[in-house]
Amino acid sequence: MDINKDLIAASSTPIVLAILAEGDSYGYAILQRVRELSGGDMEWTDGMLYPVLHRLERLGHVAARWKVADSGRRRKYYRITSAGRAQLVEERRQWQAVDATLRGIWSLRFGDASGAAPATRA
Amino acid sequence: MAPPSPGGSLEEQIDQWRSYLRRRQAIHSVDAAELEDHLREQVGVLIAAGLAADEAFLVAVKRMGALDALSREFAREHSERLWKQLVVASMDPGELPARARREAFVAFTLAVAAAALVKLPVLFGLDMKQHQAFYGRNAGLFVLPLLTGYFVWKRRADTRVRWLALGFAVAIVFANVYPFARGAHTERLTMLHLPIALGLLVGVAYAGGRWGQVAGRMDFIRFSGELFIYYVLIALGGGVLTGFMAMIFRSIGIDVEPFFQSWWLPCGAAGAVLVASWLVEAKQSVVENMAPVLTRLFTPLFAAVLVTFLGTVLWTGRGVDIQRNVLIGFDLLLVVVIGLLLYSMSARNPSAPPGVFDVLQVVLLVSALLADAVALWAIAARITEFGFSPNRVAALGENVILLVNLAWSAVLYGRFLRGRGTFPDLEKWQTDYLPVYAVWAAIVVVVFPPAFAWR
Repeated sequence: MDINKDLIAASSTPIVLAILAEGDSYGYAILQRVRELSGGDMEWTDGMLYPVLHRLERLGHVAARWKVADSGRRRKYYRITSAGRAQLVEERRQWQAVDATLRGIWSLRFGDASGAAPATRA
Repeated sequence: MAPPSPGGSLEEQIDQWRSYLRRRQAIHSVDAAELEDHLREQVGVLIAAGLAADEAFLVAVKRMGALDALSREFAREHSERLWKQLVVASMDPGELPARARREAFVAFTLAVAAAALVKLPVLFGLDMKQHQAFYGRNAGLFVLPLLTGYFVWKRRADTRVRWLALGFAVAIVFANVYPFARGAHTERLTMLHLPIALGLLVGVAYAGGRWGQVAGRMDFIRFSGELFIYYVLIALGGGVLTGFMAMIFRSIGIDVEPFFQSWWLPCGAAGAVLVASWLVEAKQSVVENMAPVLTRLFTPLFAAVLVTFLGTVLWTGRGVDIQRNVLIGFDLLLVVVIGLLLYSMSARNPSAPPGVFDVLQVVLLVSALLADAVALWAIAARITEFGFSPNRVAALGENVILLVNLAWSAVLYGRFLRGRGTFPDLEKWQTDYLPVYAVWAAIVVVVFPPAFAWR
């Protein structure tokens, strides 16, 4: 599925933060996890993940350090910080608001059964 | 995780990919390493899934995304990287920051030493106000030995130290033993020419054993242009600081003028030479050289002005009005033209074929020569009226030296344009000629005062 670039850009922050909240990880593994979670629907261009990680690092949401991986190569591992966790909570709140709104509209307009019952009258 | 290494060809491909990556300014080597780790893991997984090594590589690179788009994303996140930064410590971590720090320390220590040296004669009763001539004659000697020392230390070329020290010792003698008459012209000439002569010693130290090579002398030319620009910038900053200093202290009723005259200005001017030199050395290859950029801007403008001048002379038939300082003015014009030539040469790729800018350069050279010839003609016609004062002989000698330099440069440049000579010929001529200026300056310092009876 092709997902709009803006949507990918907007969702990348909560997705990466949420994955790192599960445990420390590195670029390739994060991308694998995104594929798994989205069932292959979210196809990121691999390289684009790194500027996102660097931005989060600059903002202090994640911390990075180089470690030698099992493969013997040096690898940069990312860890979520407490500021990152706070940011994740905030992102989650915002996305849930967006999600709730959209679900409401979907079920009104299209009778989309897959949407959970919206808070408004249905 | 890794399957057995898929052989040299994959390594070569990855090497090549990495080198493409490193060419992008926005992607630093640590980022390249991170991306490479990703690429290798992807390749490994694909090979494990049954792909051949080169197929796996292609797929992995494709998934990584187009290099242009990727470097754009990196540039957006790290926009500061597009501005080449002069970081005092070091650009890349792990690139000998200790050495860079030590160098900064030495440079600043020498700057402080230069500032102290300027004030040293005061201890021996030589007040700056009453002995201005002494300070003028020795101006170069307060700073240039330390600058030379800096380069000797930096290049570790200790074989020449004795000769350099001897040179400075001789300079100290000639700057101070002559019994100049009060306000003598030859004394003023010594003040102007001694630093030029000493420039040769700095150049030898700067080149650090490469003074014999064209490239070594050319590097010194590049250095001197950048030093000039940095010095001017530091002086401008110092001027702003001084203005504020004067203003805020005046507001509490303290006049900083005496302090400014006897400490701030002389010490600052001396120390700034060392600091500027160190900056030029530190930022080499980090920041675009400015001198060649300025010459690119001004070569066409100078050429246009000179051609217009010659056209006007021809059209109106006006003779050059020989005022007192006209010869010195034309000397300075030739110096500027030499500067334009030198600094644009210093940035030119020697193997590039002749281009439009080279033609412009020749137009500039020829028009400067003609303008100078017009002035010299007017002076020669009336030289007996004026007589041979020390200033006039010095100016005339300089004019001849500059004229020879420019004339032969024009010939060589012309040959190069017509494909009958090479650009390195021109470079060799220009850099070989440098010592002539220093030797002439030394002659003015050593021979002129006795020849003109200390007047």
